[in-house]
Amino acid sequence: MKNQSVGKQSIVFDNPPVIISQASIVGEMEGQGPLGSFFDQIETDPAFGQDSWELGESEMVRRAVSTAITKSGLDQSKIKYIFGGDLLGQLIGTTFGLKDFNIPLFGLYGACSTSGEALSLAAMTVAGGYAENVIAVTSSHYGGAEKQFRFPLEYGNQRPLSATWTVTGSGAFVVSQTSQETPMLQYPRITSITTGKIVDYGVRDSMNMGACMAPAAADTIYQCLEDLDMKATQFDKIITGDLGKVGSEIVVKLLNDNGHDISKQHMDCGVNIYSNERQDTHSGGSGCGCAAVTLAGYILHNLKQHTWKRILFVPTGALLSTVSYNEGQTIPGIAHALVIEQN
Amino acid sequence: MKVKQNDEEYNKYVDAVTPKHNCFKNCLNAFWIGGLICLLGQAINNFMTSYFEFNKDDAGSYTSLILVLISVLLTSFNLYKKIAKYGGAGALVPITGFANSVASPTIEYQKEGEVFGKGVKVFTIAGPVILFGIITSFVLGFVYWFIKIIGII
Repeated sequence: MKNQSVGKQSIVFDNPPVIISQASIVGEMEGQGPLGSFFDQIETDPAFGQDSWELGESEMVRRAVSTAITKSGLDQSKIKYIFGGDLLGQLIGTTFGLKDFNIPLFGLYGACSTSGEALSLAAMTVAGGYAENVIAVTSSHYGGAEKQFRFPLEYGNQRPLSATWTVTGSGAFVVSQTSQETPMLQYPRITSITTGKIVDYGVRDSMNMGACMAPAAADTIYQCLEDLDMKATQFDKIITGDLGKVGSEIVVKLLNDNGHDISKQHMDCGVNIYSNERQDTHSGGSGCGCAAVTLAGYILHNLKQHTWKRILFVPTGALLSTVSYNEGQTIPGIAHALVIEQN
Repeated sequence: MKVKQNDEEYNKYVDAVTPKHNCFKNCLNAFWIGGLICLLGQAINNFMTSYFEFNKDDAGSYTSLILVLISVLLTSFNLYKKIAKYGGAGALVPITGFANSVASPTIEYQKEGEVFGKGVKVFTIAGPVILFGIITSFVLGFVYWFIKIIGII
């Protein structure tokens, strides 16, 4: 097998893995947002029929994975690995949602960038010949995230305008191997990935995650364009995960400083998933589920409809915990990029 | 990336592009929401003294109790959050805000059990207020005792 590593941080696959099916399960508020019609399932019960936010999130993960498997037409036994992660401590959202599937699991934590991390590893695994079909899944839940990172839901306080709203949603993707003989060109292909490094610009405000993550997004997008020797104009869209309004403005500016104008191509899942004026979500949506359900619902739909042919998908994560925050640490960011193409 | 801002410059830039709440508007809302809660308290107090003929101290205690009850009920129906979003400190500083800060974790953490859920988490938000309130009253008490000893009052 030839070396597929390109540049500093990228891989260009000889036989690009394909996303043969995907599922998006969201809460009511996401369903009422502008992308509502693109999701597979909108659940009106915030606890998804369970006893707690955490179990509700697990149920959402379970539904996402089983819907993705059903839509792929594959038998469950054909899935060799699951790459999954969420925001809750020790990944309990993922664990309890996946424990009954009996599929080998890699539990991942990359904060809100986890969907990029999971899809990258899934693509590498199938492209490396270690599996034919694998699943990447991530989730987040507004109630669980607020409880863990901020305040109880009924507590009254004022959120800053830069704050984001954690998306209740889970996105799952079945990623499959291709070969020269069967390139499976009817499906969206992951042609290359750029793995991000930790980038810290010294921001300490956990209510302004967009500003914490924007430098990481800019760094990964810059490195991706350099490694692949491409220009922003060669993409129909450059889609960041959950920078929100504040972070979106910053990432465009930071890349502009480095000679790449992405202002025409840039779009942010966090900005698009809610209607801010109507739903009062301030800077936009965030969380592991935000980028995942937007990709599974809206973005892959546009690729399949040939509205877009080549996109750069860049989920972004803020690497903090309540402990690191209380101890006065800065909030570093990370972002992983995937080039997804459709013939 | 080639061009990198240093942390200080970046933080300054972030500060400049981050939208902020309108301070004057927030103060105004806090003023009238807080005032309204106090007015409600005064009305209850007057009612207690005139209708039930409680003495001043008892009426004060009942007023606090009733305000706390109202706040806990509003918290349970997830309505106090809306008042606080609009009124800010005007809704948080009065005793109703304190009640909200105790009732909300109790609701949120009941799934984690009586002791480790409700018991441990009940004062997660109000705890610092209680602790520093007690310390402050201790210090003030000491000052009061001291100036009494030296005969100023």
